[in-house]
Amino acid sequence: MTTADYERNMILSNVDYKVIGTRPVRHDGADKVTGRAIYGADFDASGLLHGKILRSPHAHARIVSIDTSKAEALEGVKAVATTADFPQKDGNKWLRDNILASDKALYAGHAIAGVAAASPHVAEEALALIEVKYEVLEPVLTTQEAMAEGAPILHEGLTTQELGEDSGVVSNTANHFQHVKGDIGKGFKDADVIVEREYDTKTVHQGYIEPHSGTALWGPDGRLHVWCSNQGSFVVRDSLADLLDMPVSKIRVTPTEIGGGFGGKIPIYVEPVAAILSKKTGAPVKIVMSRKETFEGSGPTPGSNIKIKLGAKSDGTITAAHAWMAMEAGAYPGSPVGAAAQCVFSTYDIENALIDGYDVVVNKPKTAAYRAPGAPNAAFGMEQAMNELAGKLGMDQIDLRLKNVAVEGTRRPDGPVFRRIGAKEVLEAMRDHPHYQTTKPDGHGRGVAIGFWFNIGFDSACNIAVNSDGSINLTEGSTDIGGSRTSIAMHAAEVLGIPVEDVRPSVVDTDTIGFTAVTGGSRTTFATGWAAYEAAQDVRTQSIERAATIWDVNPDSLDMEDGVISSKTDSELKMTFKELASQMSDTGGGITGRAAVNPKGVGGSFAGNIVDVSIDGETGKVTVERFTCVQDVGKAIHPSYVEGQMQGGSVQGIGWALNEEYFMNDQGNMANSSLLDYRMPTSLDLPMIDTVIVEVANTGHPFGVRGVGEANIIPPTPAIANAVSDATGNIMTQLPLTPGAVLESGK
Amino acid sequence: MPGKTHVQTTINGEQVDFLCEPRQSLLECLRDVIGLTGTKEGCNDGNCGACTINMDGRVVTSCLVLGVEAEGANIETIEGVADGSNLHPLQLAFLENAALQCGICTPGFIVSSKALLEQNPDPSEHEIRFWLANNLCRCTGYDKIIRAVQDAAKKMQEA
Repeated sequence: MTTADYERNMILSNVDYKVIGTRPVRHDGADKVTGRAIYGADFDASGLLHGKILRSPHAHARIVSIDTSKAEALEGVKAVATTADFPQKDGNKWLRDNILASDKALYAGHAIAGVAAASPHVAEEALALIEVKYEVLEPVLTTQEAMAEGAPILHEGLTTQELGEDSGVVSNTANHFQHVKGDIGKGFKDADVIVEREYDTKTVHQGYIEPHSGTALWGPDGRLHVWCSNQGSFVVRDSLADLLDMPVSKIRVTPTEIGGGFGGKIPIYVEPVAAILSKKTGAPVKIVMSRKETFEGSGPTPGSNIKIKLGAKSDGTITAAHAWMAMEAGAYPGSPVGAAAQCVFSTYDIENALIDGYDVVVNKPKTAAYRAPGAPNAAFGMEQAMNELAGKLGMDQIDLRLKNVAVEGTRRPDGPVFRRIGAKEVLEAMRDHPHYQTTKPDGHGRGVAIGFWFNIGFDSACNIAVNSDGSINLTEGSTDIGGSRTSIAMHAAEVLGIPVEDVRPSVVDTDTIGFTAVTGGSRTTFATGWAAYEAAQDVRTQSIERAATIWDVNPDSLDMEDGVISSKTDSELKMTFKELASQMSDTGGGITGRAAVNPKGVGGSFAGNIVDVSIDGETGKVTVERFTCVQDVGKAIHPSYVEGQMQGGSVQGIGWALNEEYFMNDQGNMANSSLLDYRMPTSLDLPMIDTVIVEVANTGHPFGVRGVGEANIIPPTPAIANAVSDATGNIMTQLPLTPGAVLESGK
Repeated sequence: MPGKTHVQTTINGEQVDFLCEPRQSLLECLRDVIGLTGTKEGCNDGNCGACTINMDGRVVTSCLVLGVEAEGANIETIEGVADGSNLHPLQLAFLENAALQCGICTPGFIVSSKALLEQNPDPSEHEIRFWLANNLCRCTGYDKIIRAVQDAAKKMQEA
């Protein structure tokens, strides 16, 4: 049984592998189609209690007092937790306050107290008995409001970092930074054509189908065990250690299966509360968020206010570019504006560029990562500006981009110099694609856009134990959100020359594997795959040495290929890996391989879209009629799951473009915190999503992997906006492109 | 605490008795009382489809059914879709078409799709998209799910 190879993709890679590039059925597949896989909320433990969390109804309020006595007296209630139960240490107040608020509630949905009870219903009843006195304050909900003169201040102790130095000025702007390359004054003077415009985007949510959940058991031995579906068990462990002021060695985090994350399950929310409640009761405590809590009490991606100015010569050469970007951090500093600044101009080789970034706190949930965080906001402006520039110059959309495209050796405005990248190849694949070459149907609009994400490396570990039947057990620590267990196993299978079905991969807990960073930044197949590659090399080397011992020859005279160990000089000496495995015990004991890596050869990824839309002239409703996603992935380890990432990111981008937003009233309450009203795309809203995999191998990875998870969400919003502009003649400066916004755009 | 009601049902072909409070949903009963956690909760208000089950021949979101309403009902959940260790053609098609990533929505999609193919063995792409519009998937963009259902329909017709 293998997955269907139903589409032929453009493949530039010229290296053939045995396992890499094939489409095996994933190892965890049977469990996931039969309902056997255990996700966060499915976990059960003997004597389990259920926790619920009280949340602030106010977006901005001083907390005067919290009285939990009536709740504690309710029959069935076992414990109540407030922020006072955490060790009150310096340096982590914001992290602690986001788990349970102390002096102020900073967003509607901000957690105030937790209750553990025999049933979730009793816990919920108890929440209604907790009396909180608030002094309600005026909220600020956008960067414009927060940065305005005289705006209400969220944090009296927060002063602006101005170009790297503390300005001493108390404000909602946590940080203003710049990246400078060349001289934009000169660049704009040299320009024949200038475009300049302001763009706004709204807060949106990752929309994973599984709400946050976690179970904690604080044992009588002082050790804490947590079971949860986060994107990184070690991050959960280390954050808990910080919050609870205990050594990491006393905390064990076991990852369950995870029902989506997209960056939103990197931070922790309910786990520390469950830990406190477990410490107080001695029983395991499980907390599962509702969907409303998931919208209002987790970490969406920010709304933003972005100004883009571009100057170009009449031949299309961009002479100067300025991006001014302010992003909502939410209640505490730390928006993805820094990442946006690394991406906004990085598709192009621009001589003179200036990027201003502002990190601004507002009375909304603290933002978290969401698939290429910050980059889609930036691209919504930049790639529409490119569209406008092409129009003014009378140039083809893709030709203008190719004229300025970044290549190996191009220096990004934020500093790094590109190694081999595939921006040009992606644009060429878009240009040559039948979708772009075919005349668009009458009345339809067509748009294109491209986006860049830098990807990350970070720590990963992998252990391999060889079984006596020649199969291997592979253990690693990367939460598997989309089939990564199998792509990692494929690295090991390729090295050892064994079928991937002979690899049994497991994602294990923090007591069982070396430190492994989050599943995020498109790093998992790249970095944990690399660890598996190294661990398999370790097994390979030991296998050769073992065979040398058996044959009494020099190991240097042996080689191992396609799962067979043989002598380079004596054709009689030949043994399969399987045969060797069956003799391990008698020849020195078992063979285990190990690796812990922090690979530096990260390769960024570019993704581009071609989109056709139709627009209902009466209602303004935009329908995506045809959608093509092209992405340079370096090397597609498992092409089906690479296509899946491209399709999934594309559709999240389509939702972001057309429907999705946190609809807030002026008091900062979210009016659409259900999946009916926060309208994510359904199957009926969409066409098939065509994918083209481009493979410009990353020279920094043994198989050329770049990482595929994120870049694909960047181009959809500007590509769709450009398509709508093409159809209506109006530039769309605000997301989402709702029917009303499309109708209004002509007025 | 409210008193509990004795409910007698058939689940995946077996008679199952359980006790539940009047306020407990059938989803909660399946997961927390009976221990069938294959049916998932994504929203608890009928909008995501992760808790889809088949009840007396109808596809329902079990979060919108009360446990007490299941009295006498014939229920099929994801745990009853495979025939012992033989996967249903839809389950095979989901695996072979890589139609799942995180997998949390997959039980709901398979239960929904099975009901579709039972009443319409050869659905068009549009009919599949229309039928599955109450099941949200955030990972796949639906492309491979649609193809998996088409693939299963073809194989079931050939069989």
